[in-house]
Amino acid sequence: MAIQLDIAITHLTSRKRQTLVSLVGVVLGVAFFLAVSSLMRGSEKDFIERLVDNSPHITVSDEFRTAGRQPAALAWPDGAVRISNVKPQTETRGIRGWRQKLEYVEALPGVRAAPVLMGSAVLTFAGREEGVSLSGVVPAMMKEVSTIEDRFVEGSLDTLAANPNGIVIGQGLADKFDLDMGSTVSVVSATGVTRAMKVVGIFRTGNAAYDESQTFAALKRVQVLLDRPNRVNRLIVQLDDPHRARDVATEVERTIGYKSVSWIEATEDIQSVLQVRNVIMYSVVSAILVVASFGIYNTISTIVMEKTRDIAILKSMGFRAADVQRVFLYEGLIVGAIGSFAGLLAGMAIMKGLEQVALKPPGVNDVIHLPVWWGADQFVLATAFAVLSSLAAAWLPARKAGRVHPVDILRGAS
Amino acid sequence: MTGEERAGAPTRTTPLAADAPVVLRAENVVRRLEGEVPVTLVDGVTLDIRRGEFVAIMGPSGSGKSSLLYLLGLLDVPSEGRVWLDGEDTSRYGEDELANRRLEKLGFVFQFHFLLAEFTVLDNVRLPMRRLGRRAPDEAEARARELLGHFGVAEQAHKRPSQLSGGQRQRVAIARALANDPLVVLADEPTGNLDSVSSANVRRILHDLTHEFGKTVVAVTHDGAFAAAADRRIGIVDGRIDESWRP
Repeated sequence: MAIQLDIAITHLTSRKRQTLVSLVGVVLGVAFFLAVSSLMRGSEKDFIERLVDNSPHITVSDEFRTAGRQPAALAWPDGAVRISNVKPQTETRGIRGWRQKLEYVEALPGVRAAPVLMGSAVLTFAGREEGVSLSGVVPAMMKEVSTIEDRFVEGSLDTLAANPNGIVIGQGLADKFDLDMGSTVSVVSATGVTRAMKVVGIFRTGNAAYDESQTFAALKRVQVLLDRPNRVNRLIVQLDDPHRARDVATEVERTIGYKSVSWIEATEDIQSVLQVRNVIMYSVVSAILVVASFGIYNTISTIVMEKTRDIAILKSMGFRAADVQRVFLYEGLIVGAIGSFAGLLAGMAIMKGLEQVALKPPGVNDVIHLPVWWGADQFVLATAFAVLSSLAAAWLPARKAGRVHPVDILRGAS
Repeated sequence: MTGEERAGAPTRTTPLAADAPVVLRAENVVRRLEGEVPVTLVDGVTLDIRRGEFVAIMGPSGSGKSSLLYLLGLLDVPSEGRVWLDGEDTSRYGEDELANRRLEKLGFVFQFHFLLAEFTVLDNVRLPMRRLGRRAPDEAEARARELLGHFGVAEQAHKRPSQLSGGQRQRVAIARALANDPLVVLADEPTGNLDSVSSANVRRILHDLTHEFGKTVVAVTHDGAFAAAADRRIGIVDGRIDESWRP
């Protein structure tokens, strides 16, 4: 064993109480770092997973990111063309040639897609009216790209397929209008078309606004209601690997021209909030370790003060300043390393305990467990931060020890 | 032979060779403390110390004896002048090189033994050898035990310094000073904190170092009996060599 390490261990073991206090500081710091980090990261991942599961990975809509250019501007791209008071041609909204475009998208590897025609309608029942969002879907295709099938309380997408005049509504809307399976409601579109439709399914997602305002019906029926025959205005795309969404969306948009928005792009604001939350969280939990490092600083500073004479003797013997510094850096390293290891074990025990905590939030039927994340990088981060802050705490006293001039001490001692 | 049996007035049994090489040379050495009121601790000292010589540096308190010893021992660097060790001009060395020279060629004994309290006697003696790293662990331990045996403290090898008497601690300190087989042993008031029996013992041991081990011993002392055992006495007054000074 290196002699500096031997001296460092001797210093620490001869001050058991001080060393223990420093160790406990690091252990608590690492343990709480892990507990908080695993909860925060766990809730973030849970949130993202829900986001990815409950919304399309890519939505192709009947819009363009930039307005189409006028023929004159296209003809003279480098010319000083000024066009004013243009009245654009009125066009029927929707994705042109959507079947071909759908075929192209479905041909991409690991990609599933379904057409949707979305619009607004007013649902009336027993003299009451409610504005709803009406989506026309192909049930068999919708099952492939959406988790809505799993959210059915009664009925299913198959019952919608079997009943072209049916409508699927949310639990919130059913409760509001006191609707049951088989109830008939009147649906009026913005174009004035009215249809009586039978409730063939009720879903519940847990999102109150969605459950009160979203309805589904067969695509052909909705095309008639909205007076947009053979049109769809959305292609909903689902990927085997959701993290490829941005790349695939870019590729799709480049090829078919219509605006393709990935879930990553759509939730950029939420993700930036999550990132800010992570920075705040890591700042707070790191502060615990910084406070713990003050304990190490205190212990090693005390040792340096108490051992000034020993330092002078070591230097008179031929120890260099770097040798002396190393003794005290080793002390910081030992406390940091042992504290980190014990802190990892304590942190994992706390994480196990947190995983057992069961909650039943209002409005949710199922008992949920705290989302604890067991990712390796937080263990590495906690250990690295604890060891580095321990070394940093040891650095100042170590530097002071290295600068001890033996003659000053020997002269004073004698 | 125990340490107590070694007590008694030492006498040189072999004459110091006149052509013995100079191992330590101070060449017009000045040590000045700068400040609002500069203080000169050592003021133009020039001296040669030969191999195997036992030199006592004497003088009144505050005369600069210890300061001169620290300069000769490379613990301090002169403000002016040069210190030569074993034919090397040490003024060109940085702190690390001076530390290496101390480790290899010098051994120190202080008034207060200055053993490391948390280490055993054996570990204290092994310390310089472990730092130098030229001996295998077994070899270093064997040499430490041999030195402790030679100075009559072998049985204390596994005790802490606090469990030893003052005389025993000082003998352990001498063993530690000899661990790396240095050319010169420098002692600062080595008997200043001991009773008369222990003082006589340490005096005998340091004297014997010059004869049995061929070491050079330079000791600062106020002890007249200690100085009498030396081959040469150097008087220091106000930081300068004063040939006429007598205790």
